[in-house]
Amino acid sequence: MDFQTYETEGFYDELFAPDGTPRSRGEPLVRRLQTISMEDLQRRQKAAEMALLNMGITFAVYGHEAGTEKIWPFDIVPRIIDGAEWDHIERGLKQRIHALNLFIDDLYHDRKIVSDGAVPEWLISSAKNYLKPCQGMNPPRGTWCHITGTDLVRDGDGQIYVLEDNLRCPSGVSYVLENREIMKRTFPQSFDGFSILPVEDYPDKLLEMLMHIAPEGVSDPTVVVMTPGIFNSAYFEHSFLAQRMGVELVQGSDLVVDGGLVWMRTTKGLERVDVIYRRIDDEFLDPQTFRADSALGVPGLMDVYRAGKVALANAPGTGVADDKAVYAFVPQIIKYYLGEDMILPNVPSFVCGDEQQCQHVLANIDKLVIKPANESGGYGILLGPKASHQERERYKELIQANPRNYIAQPMLSLSRVPTIVEDHFEGRHVDLRPYILYGKEIYVLPGGLTRVALRKGSLVVNSSQGGGSKDTWVLRNGFSHKGRMNSQRQAV
Amino acid sequence: MLSRVADSIFWMSRYIERAENVARFIHVNLRLAIDLGPGTAGQWAPLIYTTGDQDLFAERFGEPDQRKVIQFLAFDGENPNSILSCLRSARENARTVREMISSLMWEEINKFFLNVRAAAHNQNVLDNPFDFFHQVILHSHLIDGITAATMSHGEAWHFSQIGRLLERADKTSRILDVKYFTLLPSVAEVGLAVDTIQWSALLESASALEMYRKVHGRITPAQVADFLILDREFPRAMHFCLIEAEDSLAAITGNRGGRIYSSAEQKLGRLRSELNYARIDEIMQQGLHEFIDQFQIRLNDVGLALDETFFTPPVGGVTPLAQTQQSA
Repeated sequence: MDFQTYETEGFYDELFAPDGTPRSRGEPLVRRLQTISMEDLQRRQKAAEMALLNMGITFAVYGHEAGTEKIWPFDIVPRIIDGAEWDHIERGLKQRIHALNLFIDDLYHDRKIVSDGAVPEWLISSAKNYLKPCQGMNPPRGTWCHITGTDLVRDGDGQIYVLEDNLRCPSGVSYVLENREIMKRTFPQSFDGFSILPVEDYPDKLLEMLMHIAPEGVSDPTVVVMTPGIFNSAYFEHSFLAQRMGVELVQGSDLVVDGGLVWMRTTKGLERVDVIYRRIDDEFLDPQTFRADSALGVPGLMDVYRAGKVALANAPGTGVADDKAVYAFVPQIIKYYLGEDMILPNVPSFVCGDEQQCQHVLANIDKLVIKPANESGGYGILLGPKASHQERERYKELIQANPRNYIAQPMLSLSRVPTIVEDHFEGRHVDLRPYILYGKEIYVLPGGLTRVALRKGSLVVNSSQGGGSKDTWVLRNGFSHKGRMNSQRQAV
Repeated sequence: MLSRVADSIFWMSRYIERAENVARFIHVNLRLAIDLGPGTAGQWAPLIYTTGDQDLFAERFGEPDQRKVIQFLAFDGENPNSILSCLRSARENARTVREMISSLMWEEINKFFLNVRAAAHNQNVLDNPFDFFHQVILHSHLIDGITAATMSHGEAWHFSQIGRLLERADKTSRILDVKYFTLLPSVAEVGLAVDTIQWSALLESASALEMYRKVHGRITPAQVADFLILDREFPRAMHFCLIEAEDSLAAITGNRGGRIYSSAEQKLGRLRSELNYARIDEIMQQGLHEFIDQFQIRLNDVGLALDETFFTPPVGGVTPLAQTQQSA
């Protein structure tokens, strides 16, 4: 299958330079694809999708009548990231998470960052995900955000930007592992000529981190993954992670607080639980502390947590840094806590909570993307240039009614990757979500989840809105297509 | 292991076994329909009695005939005991314990459900049903085999075994009971060809015909009942199922050698030992249907006792096993 008719159409293409020649990082892949017929590729693509269906790798779509589960479309052309570029991304992410963790800790204690004037007071006092019950808390080892998924995008000029931080319960990492597995099963030849950083050890790293945060004095901690249950859209991932770590997957009803400890109900009586990787939101954790109507949580859990007798990951309260208004201040946050300049830039953002910036946003709404500060999953976003007059006016009203709740960014021109569309390749826009673990040290899973907007021209990559995914390859440093294995060995 | 997980694994296996047995009922009845020729349309009604869903059927379909009965027992989503519903439930249970079972098990259970769901919309299946029901039986065996070969034979596996075995014991008793509804021989027919065909069909629906012949040779009603109820070696015989289930229960509790601590052990042990000492002539004298009725009620009690011992023990019940029995 050749790329004669493939057009980059002025977008940044991850596989091809603007002149149509393959970028050096993907050259062996392009050569490989050229030796394979489209029929063969389509057959492999079908095999991959069949494997996903049979393996039950599905997600639930809320409010979708026809069956609650769907497979998440997978495209077999991988996205390739050069090793040197990845080093830069990795350093940027570590810096960001380091600073955000200090920021969250500060917010729940002295709020020095506000008293020193590095961020405005209104930003904190109005933060929707700030949890009063967490004030003054000291999570084990001082870590709040143990697991983060940070969304990155590449704009038309080739620059990588941080698009948003997900510090609550970021999902998708299971797809990173499964995508690699499916690629190996269905298209093993594609790996020829590449040396790719592995992703398979993520569950080990995760377990190591979770054991690291165990309450003091517990030498052999019992770790569990806590899920809201099979109707949650990410249920597959919850069970996947529990299975790969070899720990129990529990629901709230399996846990009980008794005598100042957390226990799970087993066929042999109660068994103590030390660390909970919880995949349910803060408000549902404990009906005695948060939402009283939560049937998913465990009454009394927060008391045990406060007493240091159980660890929760992520720590309750981290969501305060998930706020997109807070996001806009991350450059100042990094500067304040680390005294460093930001390595990976933010997308330039206007914060409507600021009077002047708000006026600018209202006047230029037709050129901007408007995002609500506390939504996830791509909900509530207005693409100014593509929206109707009516929609824009509606958003203007929404912003004026609650300016704190909105930020605005320029329309980005997301990079693209060739994707199989019927019987040929077309460029489709992608983003990237790397996963970061904060345990003894900060670890970044090489690559992460590449989501692809499968609809022509679409920029929305969310699974709930027509997105799919691709395997993501990070090449070993200095080990690219020209077979420089020897020179690297010398360097070591 | 978690009580909820034990519960789900138990039911996962139980539903797969149930689906298999429904396929067995239909499969054998299809063969009977051919053997006995037209004019025996009435023989589809007993199948509904066998699964105990006659009221639901009457309400939804009226008078039974082959097509309606197959539709109801195999594909009716409103019938909680249809093959499709059983597999949906089995799969839901498997999904909630996916991290506890092997990937191969989950994949096969998932495929099993997807295949049957696809068949439910395929008219060809009703036109040519033999293959399909045969496949259902095979797929259940495949999962049983994968389970035995890929899952550690620890606590979880034993719960899966108990689920399967209790369901099988119940269904074998129901297969036998079909005779009560259809085949109650008028005195004149006893020993005639038709009667023999029906008894052998009954054995076949439990895949028991060959093994029966090796033990008893000629087909007589009492010996068929003896084989399906009291045989210790045939894996679908009620007695065999209870022996194995009791072994699994002992492996779970660790209580070997006759010491009994829980109501589940007590009820299962008692029922098993009654079969151990039972004689077929006494059972026939008491009335086969009455005996089977009692057996099903008692088996149901075993299920309830399992539930209260392992699946939903009272909170604060760190030691839910009754201590009074221990000291007694």
